[in-house]
Amino acid sequence: MQQGFLGIDVGSVSTNFVILAEDARVIETLYIRTKGQPIKTIKAGLQHVRNILKGKMEIIAAGATGSARNLSGIMVGADIIKNEITAHAVAVSRIIPDAQTIFEIGGQDSKIIILRNGIVTDFAMNTVCAAGTGSFLDQQASRLSIPIEDFGKMALAARNPVRIAGRCGVFAESDMIHKQQLGYNLEEIIAGLCEALVRNYLNNVGKGKEILAPIVFQGGVAANGGIAKAFEEILGQKVTVPKYYDVMGALGVAYLALRNYRETGITKFKGLVTADYEFIAKSFECKGCANNCEIINIHQNDSLLARWGSRCGKWEHLDH
Amino acid sequence: MRVTFPHMGTSHIAFKHLINNLGHEAIVPPAPSKRTLSLGVRHAPEFACIPFKILLGSYIEALENGAEMIISSGGVGPCRAGIYGLLHEEILKDLGYDFEMLIFEPPLRGLLDFIKKIGRVIRPTRVSWPTFIKVFKTSWQKLIILDETEILSHQIRPYEVIRGETTRAFKEALTLIDKAETRQELDSAGQAAEMLLRDVTQDRSRKPLRIGLIGEIYVVLEPFINLDIEKTLGEMGVETHRSIYLTDWTRDNTVFDGEKDIKNAAKPYLNQLIGGHGINSVGETVLYASNGFDGVIQLAPFTCIPEIVAKSILNRVSRDLNIPVLTLFLDEQTGTAGAQTRLEAFTDLLLQKRRNKGDLDATGIFGN
Ligand code: SF4
Repeated sequence: MQQGFLGIDVGSVSTNFVILAEDARVIETLYIRTKGQPIKTIKAGLQHVRNILKGKMEIIAAGATGSARNLSGIMVGADIIKNEITAHAVAVSRIIPDAQTIFEIGGQDSKIIILRNGIVTDFAMNTVCAAGTGSFLDQQASRLSIPIEDFGKMALAARNPVRIAGRCGVFAESDMIHKQQLGYNLEEIIAGLCEALVRNYLNNVGKGKEILAPIVFQGGVAANGGIAKAFEEILGQKVTVPKYYDVMGALGVAYLALRNYRETGITKFKGLVTADYEFIAKSFECKGCANNCEIINIHQNDSLLARWGSRCGKWEHLDH
Repeated sequence: MRVTFPHMGTSHIAFKHLINNLGHEAIVPPAPSKRTLSLGVRHAPEFACIPFKILLGSYIEALENGAEMIISSGGVGPCRAGIYGLLHEEILKDLGYDFEMLIFEPPLRGLLDFIKKIGRVIRPTRVSWPTFIKVFKTSWQKLIILDETEILSHQIRPYEVIRGETTRAFKEALTLIDKAETRQELDSAGQAAEMLLRDVTQDRSRKPLRIGLIGEIYVVLEPFINLDIEKTLGEMGVETHRSIYLTDWTRDNTVFDGEKDIKNAAKPYLNQLIGGHGINSVGETVLYASNGFDGVIQLAPFTCIPEIVAKSILNRVSRDLNIPVLTLFLDEQTGTAGAQTRLEAFTDLLLQKRRNKGDLDATGIFGN
């Protein structure tokens, strides 16, 4: 049977799966909404993978990334558990080897990664401001009662984008309403919002970074043609959206799992049957001191699989 | 009198000694916790920085425990920390607490004021100046031993074989130092502390990354705020070197100017005081780069002006001297998960950089 490699990226908004063949070809990608239930989503994803492969391919190793990387890594027995920044950089440098700048805009988080000669030399993530992320666009789209899917197309149709103050989501919103009242048409306002988001991103996340071409733009928001165009216009440079723009993290760790297996021949992957296991996350508040840490226990069927959350290390041992 | 003071790293052990030996009763503030922070956040102005909030919370906790006097330090240069002591006092008095506040400005800025304030502390217990000097010296010695022990723990942790062993040994060492009363006892406690740490099982074949820690003094010194960065990085296999220890700080501002090197190093990029530790952050980064460190992490309270100014200058320092710098802004919203992601990505970046230079043995647990 053919051998396959799995990459899993569990974030707060979406959970993505990527399957690679032995020669690193992408066989399948999967994008599911996490909806605050990572365990359920991971199991559903594994189930789906099993249905697609139907015994034609056996998954032999896996990698995990995303904010729930430890949880998903422990559940499936991942060989590689990596942070999103490294995972994204790995994926890009495989697809576009000479890339020097990566813009990544997702639902809640956005980041910039600077690569030189294929290695990460600098990066930054958004801190407290969400005006440079996908959720900002989602909000404004719903305020204008436009399906977010149409946003990009409409932005591209604009001739003169109106300038909207994008320093902060709150200002942007009131400024947008004001511009609407002034009688600008919807396309121009939407294009203006795209530019506001891009300016905010470049000022907050990209500040002080040396942005050199080739530039790659990825993450859920990259589907929006209006944003990509706004980037190109503001920077005066070409911006490339890769084919797997929305699952790059999963792709990156799938590559890493593949490489690790090639180099070591060892795997900890528990198999797709993991989809049938029962996983339960239980948490309790430790009253050991005034920190009141929330300790999270992950049970697989009846046994305690993992535990984390203590500041002091008191709960590090599973047999506590 | 029952006297309290800010909690900063391990220094409370020495301050406790000082206060108790001057005939007062030290009310050691509880180590900052979630409760401390929420007390502070509740009563502080929203846009005050996190050191202000934590300090306020810890004063409240100390006052709840019966403190009657708070001793704190002032600030130097154009940074709002200079008025924080006064503001704390106002807020606490408004909350109805009855206490006396003594804010020590660095002695070089006003020796007379300094001496008057010490007089204020020792008069009620009729401690003579010679006794004061003796007690002060022992406490100072204690502070130095505490700092030395801590420095050693950061050097050993990345080599530990059993995760957490260094931290356990370090805690034991602190208890020993805490118990020592006289100079002789202190000397032997210091040696025993060193032994405890050196006994940790180590794998000396590792070649850990070396990261310098810079930034605003309070967030650098207090692990509760900086998400235990030294322990976290140490357990990831990274050796950290902290630019600031209380003993340097006090020394710099009391007798001689040991900060000269740092200021000289900063000069090509910044030649004036911008308040807080801004100039230090720049100078220290230059020094770390010239001492062959792999990277620098800047710890800054969210909205801290001196550190924001330093950060924008550090972009250039980093590029000129080829040393990666990661800035972490800290406030009550800072989540551990986000910080962990950044730290992991940063060590990945440093590891790759070292490997590109041909050092294939560089270690860090994320090296794959
Ligand atoms: S886990 Fe440790 S730090 Fe957290 S509340 Fe319990 S005793 Fe305190």
